[in-house]
Amino acid sequence: MSPTISCSSVYKIFGNNAKTLLSESGGNVDAKKFQEAGCIVGVNNASFDVNQGEMLVVMGLSGSGKSTLLRCISRLTDATSGKILIDGEDICLMNNKQLIELRREKMGMVFQNFALLPHKTVLENIAFPLQVKGVTTENSIYKALEMVELVGLKGRENYFPRELSGGQQQRVGIARSLAVEPDIWFLDEPFSALDPLIRKEMQDEFLRLQSVLNKTIMFVTHDFDEALRLADRIAIMKDGIIEQLDKPDNIVLNPATDYVRKFTEDVPREKVLKIESIMDASDPHASGEIAVKKDDIIETVAEKILNSKEIIKVVDDKNSVVGSINPSKVIKVLFGG
Amino acid sequence: MDKNYLNIIRSSKPAQFGILLIVFLLLYNLVPHNEGNYFWRLPSLLAFIPIKLNEIIYAALYEWFPLKVWDPIFEMYEEKAAFREFTKSISKGLLFLITFVRELLLGGDKIIDVFVSDAWLKDNDWMTWPALPWTAATVGAFLLGFQLGGIRLALLGGIGSLYVSIFGNWVPSIQTLSFVLITTPICFVLGLSFGIWGYLDRKVETALQPVLNVMQTMPQFAYLVPIIALFGLGDHAGSIATIVIATPPMIRNTILGLKRISPEVVEAGLMSGCTKTQLLFKVLIPTARRDILNGVNTVIMQCLAMVVIASFVGAKGLGLNLKIALNSLKIGKAAEAGFCIVLIAVILDRFTKAWANKQVDYFENLTFFQRYKLLIIFGTSILIFSIIAFIANGYFDKINYLYVIPIEKGFTFAHYIDAAVDWVWETFFYSLNSFNKFLLTEVLGPMKKAYLGMPVVATLTLTMGVAYIIGGIRTSLLVGGMMLFIAMSKYWDRALITMYMATFAVIMASLNGIIVGSIFAQTERGSKIILSVCDFFETFPSFVYLIPVIFLFNITDTSVLIAAIVYATVPATRYTVWGLNSVPLSLHEAGTMSGVSRIQRWTNIEIPLAFPTIMLGVNQTVVFTLQMVILGALIGTEDLGQLIFGALSRAQDGPGVAITLGLFVSLMAISVDVIVRKWAEERKKALGLA
Ligand SMILES: Nc1ncnc2c1ncn2[C@@H]1O[C@H](COP(=O)(O)OP(=O)(O)OP(=O)(O)O)[C@@H](O)[C@H]1O
Ligand SMILES: [Mg+2]
Repeated sequence: MSPTISCSSVYKIFGNNAKTLLSESGGNVDAKKFQEAGCIVGVNNASFDVNQGEMLVVMGLSGSGKSTLLRCISRLTDATSGKILIDGEDICLMNNKQLIELRREKMGMVFQNFALLPHKTVLENIAFPLQVKGVTTENSIYKALEMVELVGLKGRENYFPRELSGGQQQRVGIARSLAVEPDIWFLDEPFSALDPLIRKEMQDEFLRLQSVLNKTIMFVTHDFDEALRLADRIAIMKDGIIEQLDKPDNIVLNPATDYVRKFTEDVPREKVLKIESIMDASDPHASGEIAVKKDDIIETVAEKILNSKEIIKVVDDKNSVVGSINPSKVIKVLFGG
Repeated sequence: MDKNYLNIIRSSKPAQFGILLIVFLLLYNLVPHNEGNYFWRLPSLLAFIPIKLNEIIYAALYEWFPLKVWDPIFEMYEEKAAFREFTKSISKGLLFLITFVRELLLGGDKIIDVFVSDAWLKDNDWMTWPALPWTAATVGAFLLGFQLGGIRLALLGGIGSLYVSIFGNWVPSIQTLSFVLITTPICFVLGLSFGIWGYLDRKVETALQPVLNVMQTMPQFAYLVPIIALFGLGDHAGSIATIVIATPPMIRNTILGLKRISPEVVEAGLMSGCTKTQLLFKVLIPTARRDILNGVNTVIMQCLAMVVIASFVGAKGLGLNLKIALNSLKIGKAAEAGFCIVLIAVILDRFTKAWANKQVDYFENLTFFQRYKLLIIFGTSILIFSIIAFIANGYFDKINYLYVIPIEKGFTFAHYIDAAVDWVWETFFYSLNSFNKFLLTEVLGPMKKAYLGMPVVATLTLTMGVAYIIGGIRTSLLVGGMMLFIAMSKYWDRALITMYMATFAVIMASLNGIIVGSIFAQTERGSKIILSVCDFFETFPSFVYLIPVIFLFNITDTSVLIAAIVYATVPATRYTVWGLNSVPLSLHEAGTMSGVSRIQRWTNIEIPLAFPTIMLGVNQTVVFTLQMVILGALIGTEDLGQLIFGALSRAQDGPGVAITLGLFVSLMAISVDVIVRKWAEERKKALGLA
């Protein structure tokens, strides 16, 4: 099956003569040189795929080009060059009508500062994408009510955005982006404007939603913990370049560049690594009462392992033994050394 | 050693200002005052401008693009200039609309006349639209107020129109209202369209800015003569003058509102799948709704501020009554008409503001009757009151008081006001007069003389020097160019008089505003109170300020200046309060912690930090002052205003002169604006506020 989103050699360069500069450079873009020429590099040679039902988290410091990448893929801005396929169709070649059609049918987006329409109520905001599409008021309101329930805002349908807390506003933003039942869901730092407690709550909510909806997701954040909690795969960006794109544990274990290593340095390993990465696979016949799964995150089973006196066996999804684990390895991960 | 001094001068603005002042004084005293000396007065090389302008206007009106037009009376083709036909059809259209609304409310047969022949109408004299009885209108105002803002606005509307009616101002009020009702939508549509265009296209906005600047600083009088030339006299001419003046703020508000929308909201609209049209009408305009409706509010206020001025080109209504009363020095009558205008202004202001903030409840589950309850009550009351009034025709023999109470028969408090004015005169004549005399002989007279005694080089050096020190060489050249333009006309002396009046009024108004603003801004409550006082005073049309001062100080510079000062104190106060309120709390606390006294905190922390904002207020003060000083020509001063005013009676060369003079006033205001803005910007940067 072809990937839902597929980017190859996508560039976005801001500035007047960006196109000529880019073609002169032959794809070898040096941000510094471009800056001297009066151009700002937003995205620099991004190539990757996102599969159906996968969640790709895009990470990076402020100004690294995360939003720009997302805006290229939703074509809120035109990529300077490159190919962006959505379900096999190149969106850079689409005309206005096709683009509107695509957004009405397939895409939903959530924004950092919620971007709700201030003159519309919760319900109207959620119904807006449907009404724009030409759904009757009655049907759109009916659907919006369903969405309100889904994001847990029941009882506040008639509130205006200014009467809601940040977390509630973002729930509206999420509901709005889901109202048209899109296949692809873009979220640009959706929880950054929220305070930590609410953020945690919203992440849980988000995971719950995703487990029900199973959408193809691109999620932008600059919070590595958030990325680890949510991601199937993580892309780390710096100055417009995707430095590494991999599974979370691989990024922690094998950072591709110094920049990525700096990012991952402070990450508690037990929160990322799975048992599989520290088990002893040479002993597939280990006996014993206690078993852990090879896909368990170390942190979640550490106590169980350390409290036990016996050797612990590691099993796979089908409960067949694939190896054993030595507590000393867990201690090493937990306390270093 | 030498280098050291140079460095000090280069880095110290006070030193630069000091040197500039010395140079200025030297020039002032050394340049001999005699005609023919170009350092004293420049030759009027630009005297041809008004004449050329006139030629262009009249050529456009009578010569360009002649069209063959069928004349039904003489039954032949006649040559007519296309432009003239164009302006004529605009005039006709506007006049029709205004008359239509007027007759709808006041009754009559002029509109019916348009559709049927004169002869038929004469034979069928029953064929006339009935007037709306004032009683029904009062109920209508009450209900509308109730719908918009509950019982408070209902009472405001109801009592307001009751007052207007029984004091005999019903007819002129409706005339004025019909003028507002037609002019406002036109300004709204024009302003919104240009605003959207400016928002969508960067180039258009850049092109609009200077045009709007000039339009907003031109004295209103300056438009009148050209408008008479192009469109003739009448209500429509007043309406056009108002459109010219009230549209720029609408454009600005629209652009401002649209620009303030966060880009995320626009993107959210796009991602929801909006087409361009949907984005404009469902996302952009509604999101900018507050600012746009504020624009509408400004437009309405401008319409009312214009009613007296519009009466000079033939607009009927309260403005005309006020003008007539002022001309014949009947203060009581003038005050009554003025009060009506303010009342209508306040009602419309509150109503539109309430409308702007009104929310629609989509979930009301109402029956037809509940939903249209008020409308039904209103319709019924029109019917009932009309029937009563119609029946009463038989009861009253001449005037049917149930339709209209004419001005001679209405209640009046004019004689009380006259008596009060007389009393004030008798009691305070001596002190008022001596204050007036003192001000004229000891302050204003010498100041005027000093301004008129300024050699043109000295003036140019001073203005360009200040511009240079504050804004650098480009600002200096810009300001110098604008000044030179005025100096090379034959109106330089008049311009100096305008400048002297403006300077005096600006200084006084700024001082007042800063002091009053500072006192009230000390507490949050105080700030709120003074800001709403400012709101209140801003609903007064400008000429209303002239009424009391004329009767206290006669027709002198003093009257105009006091009116200007009072009028311009409002923006100075408002901006001072804004500026002081925007000083971060942490700085207040830091000041308090380091043990400074209240006064020290005010002079050392608050005023310097609020300074950029206060300067923008002073900027407004300049515009307000110039408007009022020029308006002062209405009662006779001898500056540029008087000439603009005079041009009104000179149809032949009037338009060119009026435009040129208006442009001069506008250039003065823009010069100050350029310098002050630069200054405020610099200060902001220096304080780390920008
Ligand atoms: N419209 C634009 N014009 C010029 N430069 C832009 C524009 N939009 C973004 N940039 C530049 O592109 C670079 C990437 O910006 P982008 O908004 O994608 O960063 P980001 O990773 O989303 O950062 P943040 O975490 O702050 O949202 C930045 O250097 C930014 O200044
Ligand atoms: Mg971003």
